[in-house]
Amino acid sequence: MFAYIVRRLLATIPVMGVVALFVFSLLYLTPGDPAVIIAGDFATGDDVARIRAKLGLDRPFGVRFGEWAWAILRGDLGISIFTNLPVTTLIGQRVEPTVALTLSTLLVAVVLAVPMGVLAAWKAGRWLDRLVMGFAVLGFSVPIFVLAYLLIFFFSIYLEWLPVQGYTSISQGFWPFLERLILPSVALGVTYIALIARITRASMLEVLSQDYIRTAEAKGLAADKVLVGHALKNAAVPIITIIGIGIALLISGVVVTETVFAIPGIGRLVVDAILRRDYPIIQGVILIFSAVYVLINLAVDISYTFLDPRIRY
Amino acid sequence: MATVPSAAPLDIATPPRGMVRDALRRHPTMIVGIILLVAMVLMAVFAPYLWTIDPQDLSPVRRLRQPSELYWFGTDMLGRDVYSRTVYGARISLIVGIAVAVLSVGIGLFFGLITGYVRLADTLIMRVMDGLMSIPPILLAIALMALTKASLENVIIAITIAEVPRVARLVRSVVLSLREQPFVEAAVASGTRFHRILLRHILPNTVAPLLVQGTYICASAMITEAILSFIGAGTPPTIPSWGNIMAEGRSLFQIAWYIILFPGIFLSVAVLAVNLVGDGLRDALDPRLARRM
Repeated sequence: MFAYIVRRLLATIPVMGVVALFVFSLLYLTPGDPAVIIAGDFATGDDVARIRAKLGLDRPFGVRFGEWAWAILRGDLGISIFTNLPVTTLIGQRVEPTVALTLSTLLVAVVLAVPMGVLAAWKAGRWLDRLVMGFAVLGFSVPIFVLAYLLIFFFSIYLEWLPVQGYTSISQGFWPFLERLILPSVALGVTYIALIARITRASMLEVLSQDYIRTAEAKGLAADKVLVGHALKNAAVPIITIIGIGIALLISGVVVTETVFAIPGIGRLVVDAILRRDYPIIQGVILIFSAVYVLINLAVDISYTFLDPRIRY
Repeated sequence: MATVPSAAPLDIATPPRGMVRDALRRHPTMIVGIILLVAMVLMAVFAPYLWTIDPQDLSPVRRLRQPSELYWFGTDMLGRDVYSRTVYGARISLIVGIAVAVLSVGIGLFFGLITGYVRLADTLIMRVMDGLMSIPPILLAIALMALTKASLENVIIAITIAEVPRVARLVRSVVLSLREQPFVEAAVASGTRFHRILLRHILPNTVAPLLVQGTYICASAMITEAILSFIGAGTPPTIPSWGNIMAEGRSLFQIAWYIILFPGIFLSVAVLAVNLVGDGLRDALDPRLARRM
């Protein structure tokens, strides 16, 4: 088991290596002089030279990549062009809102989506199933920011139940913190809920057609015991897998949600960086988000061994 | 975003026509999808006849008008007619959706066939694809757009690069399972040449799953384009795409809700239409998967 975890951990190194190489070489692959593009339309020759030196564009690719990768391994993501602050500091200041938003969304999504999928599979073909599946199609189709504005229009502006925008740290009280997270979490979570509910239903349908489920029903076991104890447990692997893969949806969605709700998180940081073409920040955020995504899916892989004793490595 | 990772479908012969008709009857939602989609396409094609005022026409006098008989969806901060711009936006959205779907399916098919058949290429290319797939697609597109000039072509290229690994992976898994099928083994045993096996035996069997995947990519590309434009990394602000119109309404949404609402509804309906068609196609082309989903 331990050897397996170590082996999987080592297997993430080439993946992260490709990510790093890709993120870095973007500066060289794109047409035109990146220093000129980053400097913008109103830059002087000095500005361009300064940016070129800062990004190390005046030195060979291999040397520069080596230095850059070595710096990252030591926890140095470079210096922001616009603010002149270390990228790690800038990201560090923005971590709390993003973590709060993603965790609350994750929690709400899993708590809602799994029972939805289970019930839909149980009542397959009936109105409850159609309702859940109809919601899933809608969830895939309404883009996060459209949904976000609809929620704001209805709950904040029309009903005046919840604040329109903003973020309050948990250190300033739990309710003000929670109040501002409800709408963003719902907006961010809907696509994710749709995805998990759909896979849960599919996986449950597969399991429910097995002989041992018929046996469990035949011996008179209560429906909830069959569904949760027998079926859901055996349907868990694909569900956990999609929860892990779906994290990519959440990460992408954070960028949009934080923009709409004016939440000062990492997503907002990257959007501001785009407008200023502050490339070190964009590189740093992509690296960190990708690393989080890879590590979560590593954890998912390892969890299989606990969920399904048949899986042995 | 809207793509559901699907297991590699096997044993799909080209479906007889009856199956499609059958699926249409069993899935009335697909008919709804087709009708909506046709309406969207017609709107995009005939946009110049549908708009009431030139979508680029600035007029400070009629700034921020509420929706009325004259300005159906109101006017924006620069006095441009939101209805006319929304109608025009259908063009951008459909162009991006279709172009990304076609390009990423084509490129993904190429890489998928190679990796499925050539061992050496497999390890190398799939390593790169795995790396690309661990970057969330929107962030990948953002990174590409941040370094290029904002233009429609660049948006299409950026979203395509983000979508290709998923297609390549799908094709690869289909090819790998087809290689073990008796009819391919028989063709190999009877001395059929390599390119003939690829073109006559493998390729036709990738059509059905790719058609379904292509539809979902189209839907997801439409959303991604809107998101990119909305956060300022998409089509240039001079082009009235739905994402751009909404971006312009962002700072004003508490007073001029209509600037965001109408393009948002059109975008949602367009994506819904494509998704409904995709679900219908999946059910018609892959009965095995249809039972599960």
